[in-house]
Formats: sequence, structure tokens, C-alpha cells
Amino acid sequence: MADLLLELFSEEIPAIMQNKACEDLNNVVTNALVEAGLTYNSSKSLSTPRRLCLMIEGLINKSPDTREERKGPRVDAPEQALNGFLRGVGLTIDQLEVRDDKKGKTYFAIIEKEGRFASEIVSEVINDAVNNFPWPKSMRWGSKSLKWVRPLHSILCILSAEDGVETVKVEIDGIKSSNLTAGHRFMSPDHFTVSSIEQYQKDLKKSYVILDAHERADHILEDAKNLAFAQGLELVEDINLLNEVAGLVEYPVVLMGEISKEFFELPAEVLMTSMKEHQKFFSVRNPKSNRIEKFITVANRATSDNGETIIAGNQKVLFARLSDAKFFWENDLRIAKAGMNEWSEKLNKVTFHNKLGSQSERIKRISFIASATSRLTNADMELTNKAAMLCKVDLSSEMVGEFAKLQGLMGSYYAAEAGLPIEIGNASKEHYSPQGPTDAVPSAPVSISVALADKIDTLTGFWLIDEKPTGSKDPFALRRAALGIIRLVIDNEINEPLECILAYGFYLNSIAVQSLEDKSQTKYIDLSNNSLEQIFELIGEGHSKKTKGILRDLISFFHDRLKVYLRDQNINHDVIDACLAMPNNTNFSLLAKRAKVLQEFCDSDDGKNLLQGFKRANNILSAEEKKDGVSYEGTPEINYAQIDEERSLFKILDENESDIIDYINKQDFKSAMGALANLRLPIDLFFENVQINSDSKIVRRNRLCLLNRIRLIMKSAADFTLIEN
Amino acid sequence: MATVKPNCFQDIILRLQNYWAEQGCAILQPYDMEVGAGTFHPATTLRALGPKPWAAAYVQPSRRPTDGRYGENPNRLQHYYQYQVIIKPSPENFQELYLGSLNAIGIDMELHDIRFVEDDWESPTLGAWGLGWEVWCDGMEVSQFTYFQQVGGHDCKPVSGELTYGLERLAMYVLGVDHVMDMPFNSPGSITELKYGDIFRQTEQEYSRWNFDVADTNILLQHFEDAEAECKRILNEPDVDPKTGNKIVMAHPAYDQCIKASHLFNLLDARGVISVTERQSYIGRVRSLAKTCADSFLKTEAGGSSE
Repeated sequence: MADLLLELFSEEIPAIMQNKACEDLNNVVTNALVEAGLTYNSSKSLSTPRRLCLMIEGLINKSPDTREERKGPRVDAPEQALNGFLRGVGLTIDQLEVRDDKKGKTYFAIIEKEGRFASEIVSEVINDAVNNFPWPKSMRWGSKSLKWVRPLHSILCILSAEDGVETVKVEIDGIKSSNLTAGHRFMSPDHFTVSSIEQYQKDLKKSYVILDAHERADHILEDAKNLAFAQGLELVEDINLLNEVAGLVEYPVVLMGEISKEFFELPAEVLMTSMKEHQKFFSVRNPKSNRIEKFITVANRATSDNGETIIAGNQKVLFARLSDAKFFWENDLRIAKAGMNEWSEKLNKVTFHNKLGSQSERIKRISFIASATSRLTNADMELTNKAAMLCKVDLSSEMVGEFAKLQGLMGSYYAAEAGLPIEIGNASKEHYSPQGPTDAVPSAPVSISVALADKIDTLTGFWLIDEKPTGSKDPFALRRAALGIIRLVIDNEINEPLECILAYGFYLNSIAVQSLEDKSQTKYIDLSNNSLEQIFELIGEGHSKKTKGILRDLISFFHDRLKVYLRDQNINHDVIDACLAMPNNTNFSLLAKRAKVLQEFCDSDDGKNLLQGFKRANNILSAEEKKDGVSYEGTPEINYAQIDEERSLFKILDENESDIIDYINKQDFKSAMGALANLRLPIDLFFENVQINSDSKIVRRNRLCLLNRIRLIMKSAADFTLIEN
Repeated sequence: MATVKPNCFQDIILRLQNYWAEQGCAILQPYDMEVGAGTFHPATTLRALGPKPWAAAYVQPSRRPTDGRYGENPNRLQHYYQYQVIIKPSPENFQELYLGSLNAIGIDMELHDIRFVEDDWESPTLGAWGLGWEVWCDGMEVSQFTYFQQVGGHDCKPVSGELTYGLERLAMYVLGVDHVMDMPFNSPGSITELKYGDIFRQTEQEYSRWNFDVADTNILLQHFEDAEAECKRILNEPDVDPKTGNKIVMAHPAYDQCIKASHLFNLLDARGVISVTERQSYIGRVRSLAKTCADSFLKTEAGGSSE
């Protein structure tokens, strides 16, 4: 048994690629070794900016011997067949055995392969792995044809065991393996010899290289926290930044620097974003003032002046950056205080989409739609309208121009400066939400209204111009928008269908598309109060049919998103289908509520049995209706009932039917299912004891109508025909 | 091995010139046309193509009309200097050579934190891309470091290594100056002491005004069309010159027209007359010129053709 150590030493590997590269190296090499018959105890892959390492412990010294027997052609077979066989097994004729077989004398080849030495296999495997490594982006350099993430300089590859160490010979495009590596680029650049995994790690550490990214990250985090704590401050933790920074250094030295006081007035988010995006700095907060007052940077070396020069340099760069930010902020404040009209004007010239017009056209549409959505949330309509008109003006601000991530948030600061009601600023900040399945959902009425309107405009607009998501491509994030609407509606218990508002969105966007085509001025009409029919009437004869089709398509897109959303809450797709088939299926709150109760019901014993009863009733009924060519929709009459169990069923239906209908109308699905559960036993007994077929046609007909009554009652709760057993 | 610190802008330029001359680069002069970056110099764009070894370094005045700030911004200029190094094939120790150049201009590696941070380079107008880094010194970007993979749509074989130093920013850092206009251009104490602002503040104002508000967009558009047409016409001429009877492919004159078109596009962009959708189409037109120029360069001797 031996330990394998591989180090691929290169120029700086992008931080974000290092983790995946470690995984890939480990998988590619260990899979190939096992395939070649070399087993091992454990493997681990580590990286620094300049090296990708693989350590495999307990690798067997030789792959096992193999013996394989292959049957060839008969002795009297044509020569070609024999030659083909010889080629296939790689032997000569005198190496073959002749044996008696059922069909006569036949050639047999015995292929015995001796196990191969680990070093030989490792050499091949590494050659392959390096030549075909799955880098997301790779390059050539100098005159070489090898591709690697950045120039590869050396390969350290050794097999070490108790009785000695061996350099595994690998040569790739002129790069020869050795037992050498080098330390830190600046602090210990000399080469040294490596003879074991343990010594490698120990000597690297002495040479100012911490091989394990987790160790580097832990070290950075701990030092950063301590530095902050020592001054009564706290680190703003950021795991993504931490991992990236750990991938930029071999020897992290954590340093804290000052932010000049004149920048304290900037919003904390601006400071944090600027420092993180441009400089990869961590922010340090003063818990007393709740301001960001210092920064942490991670250098790749220790210096004789304890980092003084490095801190001074970083402070200077930050000063220039923040001067820019402050310049933007002050310019923006001037415009904000003047009412932000200048920004609204600018958005006239910004194209949202060449088929859907400018940003300001889009904002107008959002504000029209917001009138309609404000009715759903009981938000003040005038305030909502204003919030919608202003929710995106910050896109013109210099700060958002510099940091797109701060869109919406900057709007809220500027709205406050403009002296606008807090609801308007909040709508600006929150109307992009929720941005994903776990993002927070706004709960303030004005914010919800604008968030809904924004997404409805986006979806109806792109649906209208046929820019729908396909496969993995969703450049306008339409899936996210649809899920956003679903979550906004459900979390805020908005209990209304959206069909009409979606149609309104289509109407507004069709006006936009048309006026762009015939270059006329866009004129929207407020239809927030109109019915679906009235809206389609206004969309016009020629277009309304097509638009209805697009609306249906969009609704089914919503339903697909809703299925994904509900499936995450353990609701089965057939249960969702059973609810989607009910009326008002653009009322997503209603849908979700019904689906949740129905799933619980279907999971209960009562539910399962009742479902059986329903299926039985429905199957018999469908079969008989098909056979007889009629539908048994008449009212069954208790007078024709012959047997007790039949009469009990009548009774239980009479007792529960109006309650069930009542509960369903009140959307009290829980009680409705409870009442439905009462039917279970009588239905079971009915099927046990009653024959549907009877000599009397009247009795038979009456029984079928009774089954229909069961079907009708149950279908008023959900379409049980769609639920699988 | 700390070096004596440079004391003015031109000192830094001279040291870079000396350093790269010592490393064996031909020290070229700036290209005599308006370009957006040192990469546009034919010594980089065209010489990165084909199999022949190449090593050159030069200062290139560069123009970015949209970055004009009337000389008021501490580090944004519509006209500035880049220092460009191109070596083909990229040497094995290119990173070490580069670090040596930082040492030469007075950056002490023992005290500063130098890092190579991923930055992939792409020039849509040149149909070129490469992988490399931006080099940070104490958190400041001091250079771009790129291994060219493609230029003008052609794979670079062998690969050129390219370095670009933003001279003003680098010099401001090394000299400890906060506003570019305050930076000493020649040695403090010279007979006529000149600061960067003494030389360039006025021109920054003049060009900013012209770039943003005065340049005649109709004329610029016409010039763009003309340059494009001339570039195509030049390349449509037969390879053999009827007068001398020799094969003379006019890759460089055609490429001059491509450079012109590119700069005219930048000027039009600064005037704000190019919409988002048109932008892509203009870039595509320049790229297609660059590609045909690259094709024709490969038919020349410098491009490795042996015919």
C-alpha cells in the first residue's frame, strides 16, 4: 500500500472555480484508478490559488491479475474468421488452445493479464485527467497545445510507502513530473523536495501556504471577528465573500482599515456594496451607531511593517471609490429633493424592450395595473398609483447606474429625501420581491399592489410578444415573476381570481405593441374596474380571440408554477389537478387552500375509502351511461329505494348535502371534507349490499341517479376523478 | 530589493521602457492614430496573429470619449496613456517578468500585497478574447494581464502574453498623488516644472466639450461609413500589385480604416446618438472589418505566409 500525492501547480486559478475543480479532480482520478483495478482507503482534494492537490491514502501497489477465456471460431472456419479473432484477442495462432466443443474442434484464447504497478496506472490516469479536465473555461499558453485554466507550470506526483518514495513519471505537453514544489510566491519562493503527504503539508505551512481552503476561511473569519471585537465593533459576516477571499490567498493576513468619516453619511448598503464588489472587503459595523465604520481586507502576505503599507494603500483605493459613491449620492440627493422629475424624464429614453417600449411606458402600465391590484389589497388607490409611478425612477440615479444591485433600495432612500410618504419608499424597495422561493414576501398593501402590478406587466408583456421561457432559458426571469405573484397572493391571503387583471395587462401591453408598430402615441384607458368581457371587447374583434388563447396559455404557466410550489409543500400533483379543474382557478389562495385540505383528506382513512367509493360510483356510472347512451342526471327518489342501505344513503345525503355546498361556498374546505367523510360508511355499505342492476328499470335508473348524486356532491369539492389511488 | 522611488510620471514611463528593453522587447512608438486602447496598435492586434515570434513594448495614448470629465475628475480622462507589452509566444516566466517591472517602478514586493484576480478579457469590436487577471497592488488594479486566445476570430498559435498598465492610475499610486492633474509630469525642480494638469487640463476641457456636445454626428456617421467602405475596398484589391508585379496584401492600410471606424463609433456613442439595439450592430460592423483585416494579415509575410 502506498499514498499518492498529486499537485498541479499553475498560475492563479480563479477563486470561484477552485472548489468544483477539487471535486472534479478527485472524481476523475479515483474513478479511473478503480476502473483500472486500483482500490484505495481514502481520498481528499485541496486547493490554493496556485495549486490543485489530490491525496489518496492506502492505494494498493498493483492491480490484480486477470484471466479471461474467449471462445473463437471452429478449426475448420474460414481463415478470415480466424484472423479476425486473432486480431481481437491480440494473440498468434500458436497461442490458442483447441478444444472439443459441441460443434466440433474450436479455438479458445486464454487471455491472462498480469496486474500492473500502481505507478504505471497512476501515470496514465493523471495524463488523461489533465488532458481532459472539465474546466468551465480553459486556455492555451506559449507554444503549447495543452489546455488548462491558466498556465500549468509543474506536476508533483509521488507514491510514498514505508519502504520509500517514488516519483510517478508523467509528461504532459513537455511538463515533466517531479518530487518538487515551491512555497508562497513572495514569502518562500524556493523549491523543496516532497517525500510524503504529511511532510508536504507540514513543509508547505512552513513555506507560508495553507493548503486547505476551509482552514484559510476559518482563519480569516476568526481573525476578522477578533480584530473587530477588540475595538468594540462587529464583523458583517458574508459567507460568499469569505469563500471567494479564501480562494485568493495562500497565506491570509487579515487587516483592518479605516473608512474616512465623511463617508459615514452614505447608506450602509452603499458602503457595503462598494467595498464588497470593488474591493472584496468585509464591512465592520459599530453596534452603537449601527454604521459601517471600518473594513477588513485580507492580504496574501505578512510584511515587516505589519501590513501598514498595505492598509494605507487599500484605504486610499477605498477613499477614491467612496468619493465616487459620495459624488453619486450627493448628485442623486439633489434630484431626489427636487421631486425626481428629472429621473422620470430620463426613463423616456431608456428602452425596456424594443417591442414593448420605454421604461416610462412600462411604468405607466404598472401604475394602471396597480389601480386594479390595489382593490385586492385594500391599499389606498391614489397612493398606490403614485408609488407605482415612482417605484423605478431610481434606475436613472447615478448610484443605481454604478451598483445595479441597489435598485429599489436607493429609491426608498430618495423617496424619503423627497419627503414622500413612507409607503412609497417601501414600495420602491419591496416591489421587486419576492425574488425566489425563499425570499421575503412584502406584506404592506401598497408594496404588494405594486409588486403584483410589476410582475403582471412583465408576464403579460412578454407573453404577448411571445418571449416565453424555453427549457433552461428564461432570460427575463418569467418563472420567478410568476412564482412571485403566487407567493404574494397566497402569503397575503388575497382571495380573488386574477384572470381579469391579467387580461387588463394584455390589453395595456397590446396598446403598447400597436403604438410602437404604427408609431402613434400610446394611449392607455383605465379599465381597472371592467369585466373580462368588457376588456376583451376593447382589445378588439381581430385580436381578442388570439389574446384569449395567450391568456389561457399564461394561466396554465401559472398552474405549472403553482404545482412546483405546492409540490414543495408535499401536495401531490393529482391533488393539485383535482383543484385546478374547479372554477376560479386563477384564485391561487383558494387553490392552495383547497389543495392543502384535499391532500390531508386523501391521506386520511376516511378520505382513502371515500375515494374508493367515489371511483366505484363514477366507474359504474360512466360505464352504464356509455352503454345506455344517456346520462343519469335525474333526481333519485327515496320512494324507489328497495333496501335499507339504499335508504340510509339517501338519508345521509339529505342530511349533509346542503351543509357541504354551504361550506364550499364559504371556502371552509375543512368542514366540507369533514361532512363528506360522513358519506363514507353509507357508501361502503351501499356497495356491499345493493346491486345496481335490477329487473325493474325504474329501480335501476333510480340507483344510477343516486350514484350521480354522490358524484355531483363530491365534485363540488374537487374533481375527484383526477385523483389517483 | 527596493528600488529608489520614481519622482514623476515620465520617470515611471522611462523605467518601464528600460525594463522591457532589457527583457528583449522592441520599444516601439505609439501608433499615429486615435485608438481606444493599446491593444488596437497593429503591433498587438495584427502581430498576435500567425506563427512568428514577437516581442514589443510601447506607450499608447488612448481615447475614450465617454470618460471625459472636463479635467475635473481625479482619475477619469478621455485621453490617457497605456503602457503595452506583447510577447509571443508568452514566456514561461511571464508573471515573474511582470513582477520585475513593478519592482523597477519602485513597488517593493516585501511591503505590498500583489494579487492576481480573475478577469477575462474580451474585445467584441476586435473579435478577440483571452484569459488572465487584473493585477491588484494593495487592492488597486494596476495592470491587465492576458493570454490571447483569439484575435479577429483566429486562434492565436502560439499564444501571446499581453500586459496593459493604466499609466496615470499606476503613477498616481506610486507617486502618492490624489488628483491626476496634480501629478508631476517631469522631475520636480526641473527648469520648467510641469504637472500633468499643465499639459492636459485644457485639452480635457476642449475634448470633453467637443465629444459630448459639439461633434457633428452627421459628419461622424459619414466618416464611419467611409472608413468601412474604404476598408472593404482595400481588401478587395487583388493580392498582386499590378504595378510592381509583387504580392502586396494591404492588411495594414485596411486595418487603419478599421481603427478609424472603431474610434468614430466611440465618438458617436459619446454623443449619445446610438441606441442600445443599434450599438450591437455597429460593434458587429467593426468586428467584421477586424476579422477581414486579420484574414488578410495572415496572407502576409509578417503573418507567417511563405508564398
